[in-house]
Amino acid sequence: MQNITVEVNNLKKSYDKVEAVKGVSFSVSKGELFGLIGPDGAGKTSIFRILTTLMFPSEGSARLLGLDVVNDFKEIRNNIGYMPQRFSLYQDLSVEENLTFFATIFGTTIRENYNLIKDIYVQIEPFKNRLAGKLSGGMKQKLALSCALIHSPNILILDEPTTGVDAVSRKEFWEMLIRLKEKGITILVSTPYMDEANMCDRVALIQNGEIMSIDTPDKIIGNFGSKLWAVKSRNIYQLIKDLRSLDFIETVFPFGEYLHVTSKTGSIDIEKLQSILIEKNHTDIHIQEIRANIEDCFMALMK
Amino acid sequence: MLPLIFGVPIIQLVILVHAATLEMKSIDMYVVDNDLSTMSHKLLSKFEGSPFYNISGTSFSIDEANKAIEENKADFILNIPRGFERNLVSENECSVQLLIDGINGTTASLINAYSTSIIMDFNKNIIVDLTKMASIKNSSPINVETTFWYNPELNYKIYMLPGILVILVTIISMFLSAMNIVREKEIGTIEQLNVTPIRKYQFIIGKLVPFVIIALFELFFGLVIGKVFFNIPMVGSLPLLFAFTFVYLLVVLGIGLFISNISSTQQQVMFIAYFFMLVFILMSGIFTPTESMPMWAQRVNIINPFYYFMRVIRMILLKGSGFWDISKEFFSLLIYAAIMLSLSVWRYKKVE
Repeated sequence: MQNITVEVNNLKKSYDKVEAVKGVSFSVSKGELFGLIGPDGAGKTSIFRILTTLMFPSEGSARLLGLDVVNDFKEIRNNIGYMPQRFSLYQDLSVEENLTFFATIFGTTIRENYNLIKDIYVQIEPFKNRLAGKLSGGMKQKLALSCALIHSPNILILDEPTTGVDAVSRKEFWEMLIRLKEKGITILVSTPYMDEANMCDRVALIQNGEIMSIDTPDKIIGNFGSKLWAVKSRNIYQLIKDLRSLDFIETVFPFGEYLHVTSKTGSIDIEKLQSILIEKNHTDIHIQEIRANIEDCFMALMK
Repeated sequence: MLPLIFGVPIIQLVILVHAATLEMKSIDMYVVDNDLSTMSHKLLSKFEGSPFYNISGTSFSIDEANKAIEENKADFILNIPRGFERNLVSENECSVQLLIDGINGTTASLINAYSTSIIMDFNKNIIVDLTKMASIKNSSPINVETTFWYNPELNYKIYMLPGILVILVTIISMFLSAMNIVREKEIGTIEQLNVTPIRKYQFIIGKLVPFVIIALFELFFGLVIGKVFFNIPMVGSLPLLFAFTFVYLLVVLGIGLFISNISSTQQQVMFIAYFFMLVFILMSGIFTPTESMPMWAQRVNIINPFYYFMRVIRMILLKGSGFWDISKEFFSLLIYAAIMLSLSVWRYKKVE
């Protein structure tokens, strides 16, 4: 791979006795939108805190733009924008004051890098005199993103930026990230939402401090070994129990109103399954073959 | 927050200066006069004539008098025995008894001193009256005239106000600074600051400047109130006082920021700051002279910032001390400030 911006090698981090990151390696190319996908407690924040030089790794190394996170941390800070999981701007300063403050700390001005944040900032500019603490969740994210971008960083590191944000704002936020990517900024983003993985160029599926798979979302889905069926009936709870009792069924996971089912033989006779379920007094039965999504892959990898 | 920062200490100043006085305004005395003579009446009228005394009861029984002390109705008993006048005239000698409630040692010794001086005064005149001899009047070759320098009327408020001002300025600056960094830790803003290229010393200076300004304003308001309401003297140079305060604030804020850096919650800060504050205030010499403290306490006072400021503010305001008089305290605090600020810069960690 050329133009590697972020390179992580066998990174480990332990807190007292708990090993939060157990030897993680990956690399991100310039201008790539890289996603770290995993549930809470998977080690996403620990990895990001090491990359943003807030914390030293216990073992292993990481380089951003060729700079080592331990030896060159001062240099790295000038080149990255970080948006922590928790809203960390001054709630008792106004929108504009926050932005001016962070611009000043980085030795720049709002005007100097205005073109970079313009798309985002125009949306919150009408509220520029409002205190940051009084903004809505989506607005806060936009402000935090503006502050992280104000010094025109080469790498943007966003820790669960869309957690707790409404669906519309989430969609808008991802659109903003894609526009930033087009400007050549390398973006690392973590999220517990599997559906957001498709917005990334490449994703790493992470669980218990270990990366299970790194690839483009399409390839990860393509690597999903077996066929998948969605099954639904009136009594979903009974359906899970009944399907799991069938000997040819391998896995049953609920996804919304459907159950995603794989078969040990790799195929399911839809009509046969339907008649079995009717025998077990299920009504409104609906069965169809579907394409796997990232979450199915995640579940399969977790086994 | 700003009205609180300025309003509360000013109210405290006005109230505390009136409350924290050691002057005795109304001493409740209980009289047991078993003589009922002209002489005993003369002695009593001397007490009555003083603004400090207030006769709370009389009786012929010492037991009743003791009961009054037990019930807190009297601070002390003046016991004039039978034959007081007779002994005085015939033997030129007689005695009275003072029984003082010793629960509060300071009050007791003050009552003792006041009352003894009244009796002494009575004594002096009685000799003259009895002998009617002019020669006696001139017979005391040494006459002690006491004058109190710097505070001639021994006005307690003049002594207390600067001391209380020291405490208020210190509490405000120490608590504000100690709460500050730890608050940023609690709400997470420190995280966003730590990823910036800001230098540690820049961060500490940024934290220092606003509190120095607030505390200097606080001192200014306190002095204005002292002048307007209590008419405290300001003999020395005010610029010198403010310059000294500036160095002093560096120490106090250094301690505050250090506490903030080593703590992770506001509760921890409260406990640590409160612990030091209480010890430092009581040892500072606001009520009792530090020189009369045990040696170990005087040694502990070397690290007590209150101790230095308490001395210096009184020296400058009441005594008019110049720079060279306070240079020892000034340079001590300068070194102290350098140590504390270096410690806070060193202890502020941008990377875990």
